[in-house]
Amino acid sequence: MSLLAKAPEGRISALLDTAQARPGFTWLRAPEIGSTMVRGRAGATGAPFNLGEVTVTRCALTLPSGEVGHAYIQGRRKSDAEAAALVDALMQTDAADALRASVLDPLMQELTAAKAARAAKAAATKVEFFTLARGED
Amino acid sequence: MYVAVKGGERAIESAHAWLAEERRGDTSVAELSIAQIREQLSLAVNRVMAEGSLYDPDLAALAIKQARGDLIEAIFLIRAYRTTLPRFGASNPVDTGAMACDRRISATFKDLPGGQVLGPTFDYTHRLLDFTLAANGEVPEAPTRSAAPADVPHVTEFLNQEGLIEEAPLDDTTPPDLTREPLEMPAERALRLQALTRADEGFTLGMAYSTQRGYGRNHAFVGELRIGAVPVEMEIPELGFAVEIGEVTLTECETVNQFKGSKTEPPQFTRGYGLVFGQTERKAISMALVDRALRWEELGEDNEGAPAQDAEFVLYHADNIQATGFLEHIKLPHYVDFQSELELVRKLRREAGADQMQEAAE
Repeated sequence: MSLLAKAPEGRISALLDTAQARPGFTWLRAPEIGSTMVRGRAGATGAPFNLGEVTVTRCALTLPSGEVGHAYIQGRRKSDAEAAALVDALMQTDAADALRASVLDPLMQELTAAKAARAAKAAATKVEFFTLARGED
Repeated sequence: MYVAVKGGERAIESAHAWLAEERRGDTSVAELSIAQIREQLSLAVNRVMAEGSLYDPDLAALAIKQARGDLIEAIFLIRAYRTTLPRFGASNPVDTGAMACDRRISATFKDLPGGQVLGPTFDYTHRLLDFTLAANGEVPEAPTRSAAPADVPHVTEFLNQEGLIEEAPLDDTTPPDLTREPLEMPAERALRLQALTRADEGFTLGMAYSTQRGYGRNHAFVGELRIGAVPVEMEIPELGFAVEIGEVTLTECETVNQFKGSKTEPPQFTRGYGLVFGQTERKAISMALVDRALRWEELGEDNEGAPAQDAEFVLYHADNIQATGFLEHIKLPHYVDFQSELELVRKLRREAGADQMQEAAE
């Protein structure tokens, strides 16, 4: 679910639809947009305080075979939430291995690559201090 | 006397239609898209998210477009939208120690684990207008270097090891929320931090600057400033465990301040803390300075009567939506109020005039 929540817009649907046809399902909770209050800690490690909210879309559905899928994803993205909940439900079925290979692994690779690209740019701005020798000895 | 208050509808409609036209500007110039604002005016977007107190770059970009670039108006739109959202819950406190840092600098330690990472900063630019931007030039790709994933510990941890700085002991009290309960004095630190993180950048900057100039001086060093993405994790009631629901970019500033010691505490450094949505460095540093100034009482310092030490003054005037709401309302019709003032002044003048005439007669 954590991985699905961080997928770029439309990406889960794209991967899921290439992997397999979508099964039918029933909504337990139709996609709904709301917010979550993000908290921080004073001095990074102390008492919590409310930092501000983030928009979140959530939904829950059930497959004809009974598996329940949930999604809580950042942003206002109903179709992404639907796709995420479907993947969550399907991961509890026999399709799990196939879906891991065709949806979750590629998502993980893409997110890791994006993070690494950013980290590499940050690393290029790392300061290397050098001290000039002074003439006393 | 009663004064007519109806009859503005047609004028208001025309004004709004003209506003829409002026917002669009010259139609021979291409229209701005939300994505362009989000990607190319990202620091404005960050400010609107921070002070609007809602992290959603697309909404903030839309608000900026709708407000014609008036950021306080855009923040107003975001705050209004925010109130319409059902609250699903609160996140676990974010772990800024696990931040994927775009930038991380310390003004107190030159060589520190994780290093000084400048990130995409305006620092060290010459502040000369760059006319190549006006010429639609392609940007050369930023250089990269292989980055070994490494821990980037907080600077305060090193000082902690020697006991040279006050600790921020872990605590899990549910913090008060000023979006649910009105802000009341005395305000505990958690409430002050919430108010400061959404406070107006200009006001916070002015207050912080006043402490540097001597009004409640607390001699701050930027122990550490870091900007980057942190995961947001939330307990999902249906599942009974926490999952990551997304990721937010934050700016965190920890200041290291002088402290002479008190009756119960030996001399050690104290801390101010700033944490703000987005890449919002000026605001985060300002927040940390003002947070530190407001802590005078719990640290047993003297009240110098400085504005930045006065929690009531700072917190009740820091919110730009409250401030602009009250300020701008005085331009709206006050015909009846004013009519009564007018009557009063006329009456006083009549009485004074009558007295003068009487004196003259005597």
